[in-house]
Amino acid sequence: MKYYDKLIFELSKEGRKGYSLPKNQFPQSPELPLQLRRASALPLPEVSEPDVVRHYNNLSQMNFGVDTGFYPLGSCTMKYNPKINEEMAALPGFNALHPLQDAPAAEKVLAHMNDLLSAITGMHKFTFAPCAGAHGELTGLMIMRSYHIGRGDLGRTKVIVPDSAHGTNPASAAVCGLEVVQVKSLENGRIDIEALKPLLDSSVAGIMMTNPNTLGLFETEIKTIAKLVHEAGGLLYYDGANMNPLMGVVRPGNMGFDIMHLNLHKTFSTPHGGGGPGSGPVGVAKHLEHCLDGLKVSGFHGNFGVILRAYAYILSIGRENLRKVGQYSVLSANYIKESLKDLYKLPIEGVCKHEFVFDGLLNDGAHDDVPGATTLDVAKRLLDYGFHAPTIYFPLLFHQAIMIEPTETESKETLDAFIAVMRQIAAEAAQNPELLHAAPHNAPISRPDETAAARNPILKWQDTLPA
Amino acid sequence: MSKILEGLKYSESHEWVKVEGNVALVGVSDYAQKEMGDITYVDLPEEGDDVIAGEEFGALESVKAASDLISPVSGVVVAVNAALEDTPEAVNEDAYAAWIIKVEMSNPADLDALMDAAAYKAYIKE
Repeated sequence: MKYYDKLIFELSKEGRKGYSLPKNQFPQSPELPLQLRRASALPLPEVSEPDVVRHYNNLSQMNFGVDTGFYPLGSCTMKYNPKINEEMAALPGFNALHPLQDAPAAEKVLAHMNDLLSAITGMHKFTFAPCAGAHGELTGLMIMRSYHIGRGDLGRTKVIVPDSAHGTNPASAAVCGLEVVQVKSLENGRIDIEALKPLLDSSVAGIMMTNPNTLGLFETEIKTIAKLVHEAGGLLYYDGANMNPLMGVVRPGNMGFDIMHLNLHKTFSTPHGGGGPGSGPVGVAKHLEHCLDGLKVSGFHGNFGVILRAYAYILSIGRENLRKVGQYSVLSANYIKESLKDLYKLPIEGVCKHEFVFDGLLNDGAHDDVPGATTLDVAKRLLDYGFHAPTIYFPLLFHQAIMIEPTETESKETLDAFIAVMRQIAAEAAQNPELLHAAPHNAPISRPDETAAARNPILKWQDTLPA
Repeated sequence: MSKILEGLKYSESHEWVKVEGNVALVGVSDYAQKEMGDITYVDLPEEGDDVIAGEEFGALESVKAASDLISPVSGVVVAVNAALEDTPEAVNEDAYAAWIIKVEMSNPADLDALMDAAAYKAYIKE
C-alpha cells in the first residue's frame, strides 16, 4: 500500500482547473453590493480532474472497512453489507425521490417494513423517523414520559439503568429531563434483582435495558424484571443495539418490553461507521400506540435509504435464514471466546450471545517482574496483522476490557486466522512486550500521542502547525 | 504498586481526604490515577457549591474513560484547584499533591465511613 496523507490544499496550483464551463449567454447580473462581498477570495484548492480522482482514491486506500477485512468491533455489529442492498437503494424510482412528492412505492416499503419489524420484535407499531440509535432512545423516552403524563401521573421522573448499559442510555435519559438511577450487576454479569426491588417506587418512569447485555450475556430473569417494573407502574425500554443474536429466536415484545429501538445499521446490515448514516426506528407495544400517533420527530421518514437497504436485507435473507443469523453470530462469538480464554482473562464463564468481554491478557503487564502488555497494546498490535481492533476499555465494569463481536458473516477460516493472531500477540506480550508497546509498526501512522491530542487538540485545518 | 499515604482517609470510589480542622481536602488516589491513565480533563465544581457524601461533584477524563468524582463528605466547596484545568497531568504526576476541592464539612461524622490507609490497601488488593 502506498502511504498517502496529503490534503487537497497541498495539491493546489494557482490557475489550475478541473472543469470548463460553457460561455455565458446571459446578461451579467449587477454586481453585489460591497457589504455583501468577501474581502478576499476563498482559499479553495485549484486542481485538475486527475488530481482530484487520484487524491480521493489514494485517501480511500488508507481506510479500513468491513469490505477490507475482519472488523470485530463489539456492540457495533460490523457485519458484511450485501451489495444487493445497494442495488435496491440505487433504483431510480427510490433514489430520485423528492421528500415532498407523493411516493406510493416508498410508503408501501415503509408499511411492509413496519409489519416485518413488528413480526421480528413482537412490537405493535414502529416510527421510522429517528436517524440513529441514540435518536431512537431519546424518542422512546419521550414516548415513555408522554405515556405517564397522559395518564396524569406527573411524579415519574426516574429512569433505572444497569451499570453495564450503553453510555448513550443515561445520556438520553438526562437529555429527556429524567433522573438516572443506576442498578448494579451481580458477579455473573446479570442485573441484581434484589438491588432493583427497592428502587421500584412511584417515581420510576421505567427501566432501560439491552438484552443480551453489554457483556453479551442474556438476562435470564427478564420476565421477573418485567413483572416487577410493570407492577411498580413503570415501562420497559429495550435498547436494540444487541438484537442480532436474538433475531428469529426471541422477541423483546414477548420478554415484556413496551418500547424499543432497532439499529437497522447494525442488525440489518446497512453500511455504518465514522458517524453514520444510521436508522433507529422505535417500536411500541399496543397500549402505547396512542403516544406514537401524536409524536412528531421530524417532518419526514428518517433515513429512507437506510431503511430501504435494511428492507432488502430482510427480504433477501428470508424468514428461515433470519433465525440462522442470530444462531451463527452466537456460535462465532463462543468459538473465539473458547479458543482464547487460556491466554486472555474471561471474567464470566459460560455461553455468551453475539459478543463477549475479556479483561485483558493474562500477562497484563500489571506486575513489574512479569512481562506483559495492556489491552491498548493488543488492540494496536492487531492493526499490524490487518484486523480492525475490537472495542476496548468498554464496558467500564472491567479495567482492561476487550469486547469482541465477530458477527455471523465471517467464515471459519477468518475466525481461525483472528484466533491465531490473538494467540501470537499473547506470545509476543510474554516474550517481547516492547514490540507491543510500540505497535502498530505496519500501519500508515504509528501510535499517536493520544494524551497530547486530547490536551491540545487541533480541530481545524491550519496553514502552519503551531510550534 | 500504588502509593498510599498514611494519615489520609480513602473512599471506595478511590478519593482521598485530608482533614485540616473542619476543612477536607479531596483528591483521587494514586491507584485511581494509574487505572485511569493519562488524565486529559478535570471537570471542577464551583466555589460555594454544595456537595453531598456519596454523590458526584465533578469528573475526570482520561484517554481511556470518563469517571465521576464522588464526594466522600458533605459540605460546601470553599476552594477548587483551578490549576488542574490547564494542567490535568498534575493528577498523574502526584495524586496526593493534586487536591481537587476543599470542603467545609457540614457533617464531620462522614469521615467515620471512610477507610484508613491499611484498610484501603487491603481494599485495592494489589
